[in-house]
Amino acid sequence: MTEMLKQYFKMSNILVTVAILVLFVLVNVGIETGYIDDYYKLNLFLICINIILAVSLNIINGMTGQFSIGHAGFMAIGAYGSAIMTLKLGYPFAVGIIVGAVAAALCGILVGLPTLRLKGDYLAIATLGFGEIIRVVILNIDYVGGAAGLNGISQYTDWPWIFSLTVITVLVIKNFMTSTHGRACISIRENEIAAETMGIDITRYKVIAFTMGAFFAGVAGALHAHYFYTIQPTTFGFLKSFDILVYVVLGGLGSMTGSVIAATGLTILSAYLQDYAELRMVIYSLLLIVVMLVRPQGLLGTAELSFDGIRRFFARQTGKGRGAGNDSAVG
Amino acid sequence: MDVFIQQLINGLSLGSIYALIALGYTMVYGIIRLINFAHGDVYMVGAYVGFWATTQGWGFLPALVLSMVVSAILGVVIERLAYRRLRNSPKIAVLITAIGVSFLLENGGVLALGAKIRTFPNVFPEVQYHFFNGAVVITNRQLVIMVVTTLLMLLLQYVVHKTKTGKAMRAVSHDTQAAMLMGINVDNTISATFAIGSALAAAAGVLVGIYYNAINPYMGIMPGLKAFVAAVVGGIGVIPGAFVGGISLGVIEALVSGYGQSLYRDAVAFALLIIILIVKPSGLFGSNVREKV
Repeated sequence: MTEMLKQYFKMSNILVTVAILVLFVLVNVGIETGYIDDYYKLNLFLICINIILAVSLNIINGMTGQFSIGHAGFMAIGAYGSAIMTLKLGYPFAVGIIVGAVAAALCGILVGLPTLRLKGDYLAIATLGFGEIIRVVILNIDYVGGAAGLNGISQYTDWPWIFSLTVITVLVIKNFMTSTHGRACISIRENEIAAETMGIDITRYKVIAFTMGAFFAGVAGALHAHYFYTIQPTTFGFLKSFDILVYVVLGGLGSMTGSVIAATGLTILSAYLQDYAELRMVIYSLLLIVVMLVRPQGLLGTAELSFDGIRRFFARQTGKGRGAGNDSAVG
Repeated sequence: MDVFIQQLINGLSLGSIYALIALGYTMVYGIIRLINFAHGDVYMVGAYVGFWATTQGWGFLPALVLSMVVSAILGVVIERLAYRRLRNSPKIAVLITAIGVSFLLENGGVLALGAKIRTFPNVFPEVQYHFFNGAVVITNRQLVIMVVTTLLMLLLQYVVHKTKTGKAMRAVSHDTQAAMLMGINVDNTISATFAIGSALAAAAGVLVGIYYNAINPYMGIMPGLKAFVAAVVGGIGVIPGAFVGGISLGVIEALVSGYGQSLYRDAVAFALLIIILIVKPSGLFGSNVREKV
């Protein structure tokens, strides 16, 4: 029992919790007092939404090794689903988020079941196709405004909502990754045939990965819809999917912290480049090409950044400085 | 019935465009197993070169040839700089690079040329031929598209089946290792494939410019994706398959818009793709390749 408690109250867990709480309170106070103005607030919220999108796509692309490039479609489902609930049917925001996310997850199953027979390139194109189909179908439904989009959505998304949902998303996905099921997904990425031989139900885990990814993309969509007052089908096109893909690839396929860092960094970069949309896209695409040529595994590869890791790193550095030479003790 | 025949004709000319682009996809995929996402943008560059040449007062044929040559060079350069180094990397890395190149061309195009739509010069004054008491109309531009496509297809068949380069291409696509052992220069063969595919895409670009009179830097995205669908439908890696796939996709799309569902036109192509992938992933003309451990 004490062993278990010890594990829960590890130094690093306490540190992370404290850091998250401090960040939350600081920003909340900043927003309340107006120290963080609307411009910074917008970018902060965008960072959070992009983090959710990046880590959720990372379940599919990074962990499970499937190549999906239609992630914005799931986001669209979440956005429209939640907006219909709050705007048209008058339910509270929480219901909107849940309905949007579940709708997106159902779409994930719907997309996943037939397409997961496909591999690599074919899967990529099929998901892209599904993303486009979702967009075109929304475009043709008058109930949700068609091409003009859905306007007049209340701005329910505030800092406590968006921050807690971002933290929950990252935590859930991180824990999923180190669970039995997560490891099963990783084994599919490493070698599908070997995984199957070891008794892993490949289709099941692929569908689970797709569903989870879609679910959290739906959450991000709901948050997006309730921050920007208005949503249009064009927002969720291939360009959006591409943006999310860049975060994941740049951060490292399979690294959650990598996705978080890349999503944060690139959102800040695009805030600076917002007056030069084309230049931004040129930089994105060059970044993508150069990363693939020079460091195909991305910024962090499949490694994770953690307090333990940083401590170990510094311990190793100082150890070297003293010439102690007991590096082997450090795993 | 008139609507049907009219849309069939429209579909044939649209399908010819898809077929020309699909050929490049299918050839490149056949030889290095890469979906060259940048292919649709090579088509865009081809259209712009054609636009430049015709505004300089060049005739249709010189403009077409110039655009094909420039795009062929562009295709070879893209392969050289972006794809060659990744030939032994995981597929996903190459695919991502291809997406990157595609966006680079599009947005570089916007930066260099501006996002506005350019109006193609009127190379052929439009002549309409009426049939069935004027219910069915064929324009001379549609005829030009179909004739040029047919000629290019015949030329391609000749190159692939009768020349040494074509033989090398078939050998490399069949078994790269064995081809290398037989003394075939694989690098050059791949370059040649990119050159031919890109030239065909450029021809499609010029033809579209003449047909629709308007071009812009993002024009390659949708036709590029749809041409890929066409290539998959026909069986990727199979040259006649790309032709048949392109034509059928064009006809289906034209029929869908002809019967009043034009907003769903884009969705139809992808729905077709998904159906084909589920029912017969190897495409209409492809053969099943069994996976070996």
